[in-house]
Amino acid sequence: METLDARQLLCPLPVIRVQDRVKTMQPGETLEVTCTDPGTRHDIPAWCRIHGHRIINCWDENTEIVFRLEVGA
Amino acid sequence: MQEKPKAVALISGGLDSMLAAKIMQQQGVHVEGINFYTGFCVEGHTHAIRKKDKAKPKRNNALWVAEQLGIKLHIIDIIEEYKRIVINPQHGYGANLNPCLDCKIFMVGKAKEWVAENGFDFIITGEVIGQRPMSQRKDTMPVIARESGADDRLLRPLCARNLPPTLPEREGWVDRDRLYGFSGRSRKPQIAMAKKLGIEDYAQPAGGCCFLTDQSYSRKLADLWQARGERDYELDDIMLLKIGRHIRPRPNFKMIVAREEGESRFLQGYKKSFVHMLPVSHRGPLVLIDGDPGEQDLLLAARLAARYCQGRDAEQVEISIVRDKNQEQVSVAPFPAHEIPEEWLI
Repeated sequence: METLDARQLLCPLPVIRVQDRVKTMQPGETLEVTCTDPGTRHDIPAWCRIHGHRIINCWDENTEIVFRLEVGA
Repeated sequence: MQEKPKAVALISGGLDSMLAAKIMQQQGVHVEGINFYTGFCVEGHTHAIRKKDKAKPKRNNALWVAEQLGIKLHIIDIIEEYKRIVINPQHGYGANLNPCLDCKIFMVGKAKEWVAENGFDFIITGEVIGQRPMSQRKDTMPVIARESGADDRLLRPLCARNLPPTLPEREGWVDRDRLYGFSGRSRKPQIAMAKKLGIEDYAQPAGGCCFLTDQSYSRKLADLWQARGERDYELDDIMLLKIGRHIRPRPNFKMIVAREEGESRFLQGYKKSFVHMLPVSHRGPLVLIDGDPGEQDLLLAARLAARYCQGRDAEQVEISIVRDKNQEQVSVAPFPAHEIPEEWLI
């Protein structure tokens, strides 16, 4: 599993970082992203839906929001 | 052309680009969206930061539009390249530091590169003749097409009937008769079209989607350039211009005073990079000091910081000052509000 630190970034930068990382990954691989901008709660799942990736799980850790996603085909 | 024609749409998140993309989809064109992040985008930031905006939706409107249209959206970081547009626009600025014409030429040019790299056929935008005073005029529309290099591969579906036929029209990839001839500043035709298409929810940002069109923001950017003696910026600079009250009591430093809890929390992330102060005897905002303040400057800043805390009417307020990891505490009389010269407030 790959990880990505998108803390302290405001949207859409976390989405751009995810987009750029996913481009380097293979279908079926997973990426765990840590964010602090509450806007990511909407934007990262929306970006995943649009591009055919899947949010496996999303949870809060204190002030951080963590997404685990699976790269689609 | 054997396959479906492919167009990339510049998606801002507003209604016009959404309609332009929808019109192309209705003509059987495969559409994908592209959205450029300059660092000056209004999109979401202040909502994410300010506590009073907590109730507002924090969605990215470009992503939302793409999802409504069922298209892919590619968000491109152009922060670094965009600096030359802001710093030295060939076509000048609008009413503030908004280089709208250069900006549009640059974005269409970037879209043209994307089209070439991804095997697409043409570019669409939601531009309407006369909608905006600088970039969307009958005389500037050909300038955008020409200087971006997109030429006749740039189609504006909402006003195409007022312009010469483009390549997609001449080649029959799209039907010119099913394009539109909107013009002028009125939003009524777009709103009527949205209704007809069943689009009820869309963003209508007052003053556009770019902070550079904002007078107050542009004033702060001009001040930053003047104080530093050069026209340049980093992303953190332009992010901080969106936040807090900016006060420049002396040419060598300015204060960024959080206006509410959400801004204080956001500024916390910058504490390590700045001299900063916080009232300790009373509740009050975090203050960052940008520049090179001397001892007397810091005492003046502390008095001003005291003016913005709950001890503003107290005789003395204790202020903690942190500089180079060293913390000291000073006791100061709050600066009287009526004595703050207007020219200090940026």
